[in-house]
Amino acid sequence: MALLSLTLRAARPYAAWIAAVVVLQLIATIAALYLPSLNAQIIDKGIASGDLEFIWNTGMLMLTVCLVQAAAAITAIYFGARTAMAVGRDLRRWVYRKVDSLSALEVNRFGAATLITRGTNDVQQVQMLVLMTLNFMVSTPIMCIGGIIMALREDLGLSWLVWVSVPTLALVVGVLVYFLMPLFRLMQDRIDGINGVLREQITGIRVVRAFVREPFESDRYRRANKAITDVSVKVGNLFVLMFPAIMMILHLATAAVLWFGGERVDAGEMQVGALTAFLQYLLQILMAVMMGVFMVMMIPRAVVCAERIDEVLRTETHQVVPETERVPSPTEGRVEFRNVTFGYPGAERPVLDDVSFVAEPGRTTAIIGSTGAGKTTLVALVPRLYDPQQGEVTIGGVPVAELTRRQLADTVALVPQKPYLFSGTVASNLRVGDEHASDDDLWEALRVAQAEDFVRDMPKGLDSPIAQGGSNVSGGQRQRLSIARALLAKPKVYLFDDSFSALDVTTDARLREALGRVTGEAALIVVAQRVSTIVDADRIIVLDGGVIVGSGTHEELLADNPTYQEIVESQLSAEVV
Amino acid sequence: MARRMRNGGRRSSVGGDTVIDETEKDAASDGAGEEFAEEFVPTEADGDMFGGTPPKKPKHFWPSAKRLFGLLRAERAAMLVVVALVAISVVLTVIAPKILGMAMDTIFNGIIGAQLPAGLTLDQVIEQARANGNGQFADMLQGTSVVPGEGIDFAVLGRLIIVVLAMYTVASVLMWLQGYLLNGLVMRAVYGLRQDIEEKLNRLPLSYFDTRQRGDLMSRVTNDVDNIQAALQQAFSQLVQSVLMVVGIAAMMFIVSWQLALIALIALPLSGIIAGVIGVRSQKLFTAQWKNTGALNGHIEESFSGQDIVRAFGRDREMLEEFDRRNESLFKASFGAQFVSGMIMPSMTFVSYLSYVLIAVVGGLRVASGQMTLGDATAFIQYSREFSQPIGQMAGMANMLQSGVASAERTFELLDADEQQPETATATLPARTDGRVEFQHVTFSYDPEHPLIEDLSFSAEPGHTIAIVGPTGAGKTTLVNLVMRFYELTGGRILLDGVDITDLSRHDLRSRIGMVLQDAWLFGGTIRENIRYGRLDATDEEVVEAAEATMVDRFVRQLPEGYDTIIDAEGGSVSAGERQLITIARAFLANPSLLILDEATSSVDTRTELLVQHAMAALRTDRTSFVIAHRLSTIRDADTILVMQQGRIVEQGDHETLLERRGAYYDLYMSQFRGGEEADTGAGAPTGAVPTLTGTTSQT
Repeated sequence: MALLSLTLRAARPYAAWIAAVVVLQLIATIAALYLPSLNAQIIDKGIASGDLEFIWNTGMLMLTVCLVQAAAAITAIYFGARTAMAVGRDLRRWVYRKVDSLSALEVNRFGAATLITRGTNDVQQVQMLVLMTLNFMVSTPIMCIGGIIMALREDLGLSWLVWVSVPTLALVVGVLVYFLMPLFRLMQDRIDGINGVLREQITGIRVVRAFVREPFESDRYRRANKAITDVSVKVGNLFVLMFPAIMMILHLATAAVLWFGGERVDAGEMQVGALTAFLQYLLQILMAVMMGVFMVMMIPRAVVCAERIDEVLRTETHQVVPETERVPSPTEGRVEFRNVTFGYPGAERPVLDDVSFVAEPGRTTAIIGSTGAGKTTLVALVPRLYDPQQGEVTIGGVPVAELTRRQLADTVALVPQKPYLFSGTVASNLRVGDEHASDDDLWEALRVAQAEDFVRDMPKGLDSPIAQGGSNVSGGQRQRLSIARALLAKPKVYLFDDSFSALDVTTDARLREALGRVTGEAALIVVAQRVSTIVDADRIIVLDGGVIVGSGTHEELLADNPTYQEIVESQLSAEVV
Repeated sequence: MARRMRNGGRRSSVGGDTVIDETEKDAASDGAGEEFAEEFVPTEADGDMFGGTPPKKPKHFWPSAKRLFGLLRAERAAMLVVVALVAISVVLTVIAPKILGMAMDTIFNGIIGAQLPAGLTLDQVIEQARANGNGQFADMLQGTSVVPGEGIDFAVLGRLIIVVLAMYTVASVLMWLQGYLLNGLVMRAVYGLRQDIEEKLNRLPLSYFDTRQRGDLMSRVTNDVDNIQAALQQAFSQLVQSVLMVVGIAAMMFIVSWQLALIALIALPLSGIIAGVIGVRSQKLFTAQWKNTGALNGHIEESFSGQDIVRAFGRDREMLEEFDRRNESLFKASFGAQFVSGMIMPSMTFVSYLSYVLIAVVGGLRVASGQMTLGDATAFIQYSREFSQPIGQMAGMANMLQSGVASAERTFELLDADEQQPETATATLPARTDGRVEFQHVTFSYDPEHPLIEDLSFSAEPGHTIAIVGPTGAGKTTLVNLVMRFYELTGGRILLDGVDITDLSRHDLRSRIGMVLQDAWLFGGTIRENIRYGRLDATDEEVVEAAEATMVDRFVRQLPEGYDTIIDAEGGSVSAGERQLITIARAFLANPSLLILDEATSSVDTRTELLVQHAMAALRTDRTSFVIAHRLSTIRDADTILVMQQGRIVEQGDHETLLERRGAYYDLYMSQFRGGEEADTGAGAPTGAVPTLTGTTSQT
């Protein structure tokens, strides 16, 4: 159902083009159906009575019909391709815009991976079905009905041949397809299976070799290989039945037409030209039926895709972002959390529970706590990647929910835990922070982020290519580039979410020192696991299980906060035995 | 690791800040990224429907094609049978329309005969017609074998139809039989090829995997093999069949009427030109469509996976504009490609209709003038229709075959790659090794121009813990990989209990060593299965014991499925730290004599790490262990600490000794443990050599 409603919705603007396709296909089909009838006339009126002129004239008429047919068919393809591609373009646009309007939470519920598949492959599948429908499926019923009418016009007495052969062919092809479809799906599963085994063996090659598990893995692989071979053989064996079976039916029909037609001709109930025309119509109908059945095979896959697309489009966003500026941008970077509670939908326990604190401008506020304490979530609330269920987050006294995306982006710069770089160059990535930054600005930011050295060492410096996601630079380099990017944005609030973890400690220290010199009156919120990263912070907030269990300087916390003591102890003392 | 080899030049000059270890650490996430990327590349199947992936062309077509068909060599006899079956069925299929034409003649003759007065001979009737000034009719009759006064001879008609049906039946059965045979033998060959690949993967040295993009390697062993299968299964038999059909039909057309055959052959170059012109044009457009698809999909991928950044930096509008731009150009490109390629079919249909009309007219004229029978004309129409289909098929199959050969070439490259040194095991170790490891003047490099480890010597005593520290890129991971014999030394040797490790089989060597890597690799299976990977015959109780010791049990119990929780590739249900704990449990279960921990707890938070350390300490007591760690707290109680810089050991000793020396270790330690005094006091640590530091960094 999703398929139908989705494609109808997407195709509505192109109704006129679709109408053109239908009309043109109708013309092309009628022209194609007219030819055998003209040929019959050549035989009956021309040959049988030796009328050469009639043969010539009819031949010219046939030629004209051919031209009309070709012109109509090609124009139909034009509109069909245009409509299908436009539908695809619009579906992609809808998905993209919808995803853009969703909050990070809603996006995460889907997962970026599946959203990408839905926006690309799934749309392509639907688009392909639309194309096939317009190019072939529209003409199939016309051909069937038209062919039957024409055949019956030639001779009613043989009509029973149509009623027998068409269902027989549809049945035979249908049954084969019915058995093949689940096998195809199974084969795809098995292909995924064996590819999965290989993927694991290649990614885990060190572990496999370290544990001497080659025999175990080979055995697993052999079973997967056996499984795919078995199902491929089955598919192949069924598949090779298809063509001979179809041929057999067509030839049986031909023979039957000749035999029973011969009787009717002999009895004077039918002309011999009509016999040949009938034969050709029957073959045309059967071919159309066959095409139709094959087309139907495409539908289940497209249905799944359409459902997946529809699911995205039907998702309502719960995050309201002002489109136009309602309030002036914050003038200072004072971040305040007031009784903030946040939990994932359906989770038993909130991730953050009644959290209140203030990060002063010009100061460093550090957040520390074990894995799963809620540190990353806390940081994500500031740029509104998530919205709290209760309480509010303000910057410079302005609630973040009042700000437009642009305002918020100008105020806050985030360096996420898993830094993401875009494909392009070092420079283009840095300029995400500030489009108008000069090269000198870029170098300055790189210097502070301790990224100058390695960028200089790259063959093309600032213009060195960066692969999608930043996969061609190391994790530490990625972190430093994304820090430089944040610096260029010159925000009022910096959010560093465990941004120093991939750096070795000396680089980490140098970076933090340089950072202190350039961030000025901005508020720095630093999430860290390493105590050494945050000992100098003006204030350290200790988070445990979503609750603030302590707040103060390193010394203060060390004196009286047991959780902080435990964390420090775990990092600084190794006397465990 | 792949990057290191390609960017070798960059590595040497960045001082201590090189990329090696960081790169390795990122291996896991990179892998995910690649999987990510792979997932969205439209598959070969999508490509076909879309008009093809960018055309893959083999570098050396004939040698590779020969080798590809060499895969079927074992089945040579069966192949001959297949070809023979195809040939017979084609011959039958090609002759049948001629017989049908004869049936048509029988009908036509019957009608004409019935109209003529009985008792006369055909010649008499013709004479009469001419005499009556009906020359045309006379001419037509001349070419037939009409018996005046006789209606349709149903005996003859019946015989002909039975013959035709028999021919078609036999042809269909043979067609099916050859498909069945070919399918079986191709699948056996592909099965063999897949097994060869698996065996090859096990014999390739690790450096092979390091120096190649994982995505490329994956596609060689998966997509390319699928492609080969398709080429062998479909392209081969259809190509043979199509060629034979074309030859057979052409021959029959000339036999029936060479004049009409010439007309039909005019259509051949015509459709060739159309297919050529449109084909070349559409190929270009498809390439454009493909490029645009890639560009748009790339943009969608980036926008969706980098959405937090797009938001945080307020780049929504720019991204949206870029999307619209790329979406629009994809629309234009794909519309062009679909339209032009869509034109091929109606154009070909037009050509076939054209020759149909010509044949109908010329055939009609010839029948009317008695130079040809009606049956031959109808047979001819059928031939001309069947003619265009195999020609179109041939073009398609040739493409498929070419793509299959290109894939085969890539797969053969893999199969021909240099293998690791063959086993030369001359020695064996006793059942329980002491775990004494000795490096003697070890030299190693990944590529000759950049020596990584030079003349390295040290020894690890049984039961000792050897910690290896140093800046990223110092060669720490490489060093332990050498113990595993993941790489072959360039010089020197490594001894385990006095035996050169190259004298041991890899199996023997590695089964003594338990290794936990920084890349926490788990396979798609349950947590229980993943732990049991360490020792396949471990009981459930032993698995749980190992899990308890390594803090795995604690979080597993919180999962709804417990130990039966399935770990998927993206590891949604367990965090990176938890994954590492599972790999530690795995090594724990293996109970080896030598333990290597390579950043085994880097993603585990420090409090949990402390608890794991208790367990690890228990595990380490009676065995030698190598520990690599960024966090120095992890290794402070090691018996020996090796400080590495640029492939050399610059310092060696225990924690206290090294601190007193105030060298490289001291510097590292200082930078990591600023403000450490209070901590140590708080923990009641006895050491006096703890730095008191505030404010500044100690690095100079």
